[in-house]
Amino acid sequence: MNAVTAPAPAGEGGLPRLLPPAGLAAGLAAHLGRHGPVPYRGAPRALIADVRASGLTGRGGAAFPVYRKLEAVATARTGRAVVVGNGAEGEPASHKDEALLTLAPHLVLDGLQLAAEAVGAGQAILYVRHDVLLRTRIETQISERAANGLDRVTVNLMPAPGRFVAGEESALSSLVSGGKGVPRFTPPRVFERGVDGRPTLVQNVETLAHLALIARHGPAWFRGLGTLNEPGTMLCTLRQADGSVTVAEPAIGTSLRALLDLGAASAVLVGGYHGAWIPAEQAARLTLSNSALRPLGGFTGAGVLAALPAGRCGLAEAAGVARYLALESAGQCGPCLNGLPSIAAAMTELANEGGWGGGRGPDPRVLADLTRWAGLVEGRGACHHPDGTVRFLRSALRVFADEVRAHRRGRCNGPDDRPFLPVRAGPDRGQEPDENWTRTGADR
Amino acid sequence: MTSTLRVNPIACSGHGLCAELLPELISLDEWGYPVIADGPVPPRLAREVRRAVTDCPALALALTPEPERRPAAAIRRETGRSES
Amino acid sequence: MHAITSGTALWYASRATGVVSLVLMSAVMIIGILINRQGRLPGLPRFAVLGLHRNLSLLAVAFVAVHVLSAVADSFVSIDLAAAVIPFVSAYEPLWVGLGAVSLDIMAAVIVTSLLRRHLGRRVWRAVHWLAYASWPVAVAHSIGSSPDLRHAGPLLDLTLTCIAAVIIAIAWRLARAGVVPRPRRAPELMAGPRLAPGGRADEPRAGGPQMNLVPEARR
Repeated sequence: MNAVTAPAPAGEGGLPRLLPPAGLAAGLAAHLGRHGPVPYRGAPRALIADVRASGLTGRGGAAFPVYRKLEAVATARTGRAVVVGNGAEGEPASHKDEALLTLAPHLVLDGLQLAAEAVGAGQAILYVRHDVLLRTRIETQISERAANGLDRVTVNLMPAPGRFVAGEESALSSLVSGGKGVPRFTPPRVFERGVDGRPTLVQNVETLAHLALIARHGPAWFRGLGTLNEPGTMLCTLRQADGSVTVAEPAIGTSLRALLDLGAASAVLVGGYHGAWIPAEQAARLTLSNSALRPLGGFTGAGVLAALPAGRCGLAEAAGVARYLALESAGQCGPCLNGLPSIAAAMTELANEGGWGGGRGPDPRVLADLTRWAGLVEGRGACHHPDGTVRFLRSALRVFADEVRAHRRGRCNGPDDRPFLPVRAGPDRGQEPDENWTRTGADR
Repeated sequence: MTSTLRVNPIACSGHGLCAELLPELISLDEWGYPVIADGPVPPRLAREVRRAVTDCPALALALTPEPERRPAAAIRRETGRSES
Repeated sequence: MHAITSGTALWYASRATGVVSLVLMSAVMIIGILINRQGRLPGLPRFAVLGLHRNLSLLAVAFVAVHVLSAVADSFVSIDLAAAVIPFVSAYEPLWVGLGAVSLDIMAAVIVTSLLRRHLGRRVWRAVHWLAYASWPVAVAHSIGSSPDLRHAGPLLDLTLTCIAAVIIAIAWRLARAGVVPRPRRAPELMAGPRLAPGGRADEPRAGGPQMNLVPEARR
């Protein structure tokens, strides 16, 4: 695990909320001391009104209003509901879920119980990356809670494959049901027919943690930080230009300048590998909020903020990510299966065009191909993997347009060749035992 | 009642019959997969559409009564190579 | 003119329609395999190949119907209607006629589910359609076992052997292409070579280097 630390309290009132103040252990006693017992409401759906008033949106990337998901699952008639806490964190650049599950797991587990009560679920699942240490710890914590009578619904821990789309809700639901962890064609959506055909609530683990605090302190408290339209705090993975990686919990609306050292950066990637690039000078004037980022093609997503150091070639980074995304295609849909590798190969060609000895002639077809392929894959897959890849690609070509021009003349403005953004090794070079699409047999 | 023609991209394996039967609405991209025109199905093509849906060897086409959930409207796609 | 219940006419009719049925079923199998692997028949658009598959199968149903009814009506051998659909209850040659009944039952299931495929959904339809691979060899066994015509050399035996060979070749062709994505749909190999820095030095490959050649060959 990279150097992930809990930040020192920022000094602004009320922060941090989810992450414990530096030095506080994550044990059950400490958790109960800081937050109190699980505030069960005693009736299904009683919590939903508070969640609605709080304006909580999903923290897994889609920012969908949580109360609407709760309502949809609570009112579905296709069986007894299932609640899944999604800690798959398929995004290689993101560590926030890992940090949360390490530092404040009981908040997540509280949220899981409260969500289960809210939708009348009989089963709760925590879906976590296959990291033996983390899972063993969480299993101990679950047993401890059960021994103390804290949990009303049994929690099953299930390992997630280390794939990019493993956290997609239909892929997750398919895997938990015993099938392959690849996305399914929708409709029906998982809130109608998910795990074992039952209504399934899938929420990111951070969302559940926020839910656990809203249940205790109320919607007005939640809205005490953040903006009017995007209330609350969000966990962010900050990748600084010097290579350090931290997880922080700023209020939404915090300026990006306060989070990233932009002086040493040429561009910023916001939202992760399905997000968008923004030039550093522009980023310096922006805040961490969708209202600020959407006009530039970005979004807060799963809270990944990566500052590209000056001196790195943005095209090369983008090409590396594009290749990773192509390899992470589930391979079920023709346009994605074919389009993404074509895009990645073209990006690699663009990135490699720089610095060819005597200066290679420009190949205008590459850009035309990229434009065409982007248009061809967008919206034509069963999930949003091709769409996110296209968003990333288009922003890269826009922000690194100067780099493209330089490369076509045989020059590169990024002499530092070391890869910056992390891309996990391909399926055949997985470092974890479960780098394929299925769960390890031990857990079934 | 308007209906929309949708393809299940997972089931679709690019046979291409749909583009032969319904060239007004469907063309094939450079990899052989169908690109369906946006919007509701014109009533004059209802019979051909039903035939395309029935004849797809992978049963990947479906006629849904409600408008498209995922608006890909106004996206002009170059299909590169079209096979009809 | 012979009377309609003359044994000779009915028996000939049954044998003749049986042979034609086998030829038709073999053709349907071959075209079905072709469609599955997205092969073409020269000069025909794909929807016409599909149409041929369907029409020949319906024609086969017609010929099988006459084949069964004439055999039942024929008083020379004792086969009642039940024996045509319930395997192995025939008085005459229970085994061979029974195999015919098995083949007929499967064929009926395949045809009915195909007519209703839009309502049954992909999975159910596919599962039953696969049984066609069972129906055809059983029909062949039925033909050989119950027909004295095929026990000696002659044009009927040649025809039967040709059908068998053709289907076997088609199946072998299909198996050979099992791992290959039909139609040009392979993704290009990702250029994974080392990046040249200014001056032409080859630097270290990027993370994930040359091992990440991507040639996805999805099975369809």
